[in-house]
Amino acid sequence: MSRLLIKNGRVVDPSQKLDEGLDILVVEGKIARLAERLADPNAQVVDATGLVVAPGFIDVHVHLREPGFEYKETISSGTAAAVAGGFTAVCCMPNTNPVNDNPAVTEYILTRAREAGNCRVYPIGAVSKGLAGEELAEMGEMVRAGAVGFSDDGKPVHSAYLMRRALEYSLLFDVPVVDHCEEPTLTARGVMHEGAVATRLGLRGIPAAAEEVMVWRDVVLAQLTGARVHIAHLSTAGALEAVRLAKARGLKVTCEVTPHHLALTDQAVAETQYDTNTKMNPPLRSAEHVQALVEGVLDGTVDCLATDHAPHHADEKNVEFDHAPFGVVGLETAVPVTFDLLVAKHRMPLSRFVACWSTNPARIFRLPGGSLKVGAPADLTLLDPEQRATVKPEKFRSKSRNTPFAGRRLRGWPAMTIVGGRVVFRRG
Amino acid sequence: MTVKAAPSLKSRHLLGIDPLSPGEIQLILDTAEQMREIAKRPIKKVPALRGKTVVNLFLEPSTRTRFSFEVAEKRLSADTLNFSASGSSVEKGETLVDTARNLEAMEPDFIVLRHPQPGAPHMLAKVLQASIINAGDGTHEHPTQALLDALTIRLHKKTLEGLVVAIVGDLQHSRVVRSNVLLLSRMGATVRVAGPPSLVPVGMESLGCQVFYRMEEAIRGADVVMMLRIQLERQERMNFPTVREYYDLFALTPERLKLAKKDCLVMHPGPMNRGVEIDSRVADGPQSVILEQVTNGVAVRMAVLYLLAGGSGEPVTD
Repeated sequence: MSRLLIKNGRVVDPSQKLDEGLDILVVEGKIARLAERLADPNAQVVDATGLVVAPGFIDVHVHLREPGFEYKETISSGTAAAVAGGFTAVCCMPNTNPVNDNPAVTEYILTRAREAGNCRVYPIGAVSKGLAGEELAEMGEMVRAGAVGFSDDGKPVHSAYLMRRALEYSLLFDVPVVDHCEEPTLTARGVMHEGAVATRLGLRGIPAAAEEVMVWRDVVLAQLTGARVHIAHLSTAGALEAVRLAKARGLKVTCEVTPHHLALTDQAVAETQYDTNTKMNPPLRSAEHVQALVEGVLDGTVDCLATDHAPHHADEKNVEFDHAPFGVVGLETAVPVTFDLLVAKHRMPLSRFVACWSTNPARIFRLPGGSLKVGAPADLTLLDPEQRATVKPEKFRSKSRNTPFAGRRLRGWPAMTIVGGRVVFRRG
Repeated sequence: MTVKAAPSLKSRHLLGIDPLSPGEIQLILDTAEQMREIAKRPIKKVPALRGKTVVNLFLEPSTRTRFSFEVAEKRLSADTLNFSASGSSVEKGETLVDTARNLEAMEPDFIVLRHPQPGAPHMLAKVLQASIINAGDGTHEHPTQALLDALTIRLHKKTLEGLVVAIVGDLQHSRVVRSNVLLLSRMGATVRVAGPPSLVPVGMESLGCQVFYRMEEAIRGADVVMMLRIQLERQERMNFPTVREYYDLFALTPERLKLAKKDCLVMHPGPMNRGVEIDSRVADGPQSVILEQVTNGVAVRMAVLYLLAGGSGEPVTD
C-alpha cells in the first residue's frame, strides 16, 4: 500500500479555509489525514519545511497540439511541462487536427494522457463541427467520453444563433461553454493591441472593442439561456466590466486571465523590437487595461488564472512580426510569473492565489481536484515562496520555447508536484 | 535654442527616426548639406566608401528610393548589389532571415532594406553583422524620407525650429508621416496632421503632433504643407467612400493652398496621384519643391552611409 507523508508544510486550502502548519498523509492516492505532527513508519516522507502545500494547480486553458501538430507539442511533452510548472491537471483545447469534435478524438487524447503518466488531462470539446462555426458538434457523446466543457477556442463562436443554441444545449450536461471573445471584423488582420504603441511601431491594431463587443454579447446570451459561459483569456478593462455586471446580476458568467496579460503591456513589443514572442491573441494590452486586470484578480471578479499555453515551433516564430503565429507557451512560467506579481508585489493573500489556480478552476469545470479534504485525490502542488530563479527556456520540458519571459528573474517557484499520491515532479 | 550636432551616430544601424537624438538628426542634415556639393562637381564621386559593399535588398516595389540609394552609394565609391523579390529565392519561399544570412555570408558592410512588414529591419539588425538601413518598413518608418524632407525644408527656411508643418492624407498607412512627425517635432517644429478620421491611427498625437480632421484647419498659416499619397493598394474596403469624395475633402487645390502662408512650401514624397490628393496646378506650381526633395534624397542617403561607416561631422575630402 503506497503511503506518502508530507511534513512541516504550510497547508493552504481555500476549500476548507485552511492556512496553517499541518502534515498530510496520503494513502492509495487519496488524502487520508491532515493533522499536526503526523507520523507513519511505513510512509515515504516529503519534508515540506518552508514550502506552501496546496491542492493541485489546474490550468484550464492549454493547447497540447496532439493530434496533428506534434512538431509543436505532444500530450507527453505538454503534460511534462505542466507538472514541471506545478500543475496537476490541464484542460486541453480542441483545435487539433483532427479537431476534437467527436468522442473518438476525446478518447484518443485521454489514452495518450494516461500513457504519458504526468498530469490529469481534461479535454474540452469543440462547440461546432470542425470549428467551422456552423453546426453543433456531438457535445453529449464527448461528455460521455470525458469532455469537461466546450469551446471553439482560437476562434470565437461568431454566430450569435449558434452560441445561443450551444448554451441551451450545454444545460443538459451542466458544463461551461468557453468563448474566445473576438469580433473578427473588428480585429481585421490586426497583430497587436490598438493604441499609441502600435501606431508608433506601424503595426496593425486589434482594438479592445473587438473583445468587448463579444463579451457583452455573451453576457446577454448567458442571461437569455441561463447557461454557464466562461470567458477565455479576458484581457480588457471593458470586458471585465461586462463580467462584473453579469456577476452582479447573478448570471453564470466566469472568466480567466493569463499571466502574460497581467505581467506585460503592449510596450513589450516595442521594448523587444518586434520580438514575435510578444505576439498573441488577445494581444498584450496597454497599461490601463493591465492595471484593471490586476485589480480584477485582486478583488475576485476574475475567477481563475490560466495560461493559454500555445506552443509554436521556433521556425514559425522566426519570421516577420506580421507573419508569425499568435501565441506563447506558459505552463513552465505561469506560477512564478503570477506569484511574483500578485503575491510578492501586490500582497495577494496566498489563499486567494491558490483559489485562482486550484479551487476555482475545479469548481468552474466540476473537476475532481481543487481540495485537500480527506478522501479527495492526492493532487498537490508544493511551492517555494522564497525561491528566486531566472526563466531559462532552454530548460523547458515543452517542445516549444516561445516565451516572452526569457531571462526574467522571478520569485515563487513550484518545488514538487504530486498527482494521485505519486511525485511526478521534484525541482532539482 | 538651436540643436547642436552630435559628434557621431550612436548606432551602426538606421532603423528609424525614433531612436535618433536631435543632435544626431542635426549631424545627418549638416553632413547632407555638404554632400549636396558633390553632385555639382564635374566628377560626382568621392572615395569615402571605397572597398565597402552595399546590398540593396528591396522586397517591395520601389523606384525612387532604390535609385536614390544606388546613386548615393556610387557617388561614395561603394560596390553595390541589387536584390529584389521577383525571380529570387524569396519567391521560392526562403525566409527573410535566411535570405539575409546568405547575403551576409558574402560579407557586405551595409544592407539597405525595403520591406512590406513593419519591424523587418529590426529583425535583421538582431542577427546580422552588417549595418542595416531602413529604406521603408511597411507602415512603420521611412527615416531617409523624413531626413530628405527636413533637409529640403531647412534649405528654404534656414531652420526647422518654430515652423508650422501640415501633413495631410492617409495617416494610417503612411510610414512617411510617422518618420516626419517624429523628426520635425523633435527638431522643434509644430506638426499638424489631417486626414479622414477613419484613417487616423489611435494615439497619433503621442508621436508629437496635433490631429485635425478638416485639412483647412491644419494648413491655415502653415509654413509647409506635405501631402501624402493615398495608398490605394493598401486600402481595405470602407475606409472612405470614393476617390472623388476624397479629392473633394482632402486634395490640395490652389484655393486651399491660399490658407497657408504666402511662401508655404508644397511637398509630396511621391509617387503622386494627380487629381486625387494633389491638384496638378499645385504640384507643378511655384511653391512646389517636390523635385528638390528627390535631389536632396541622394545627399541625405550619402550622409547616412558616410556617417554609419564611421565618418564624422568633419568636411568630406577626397
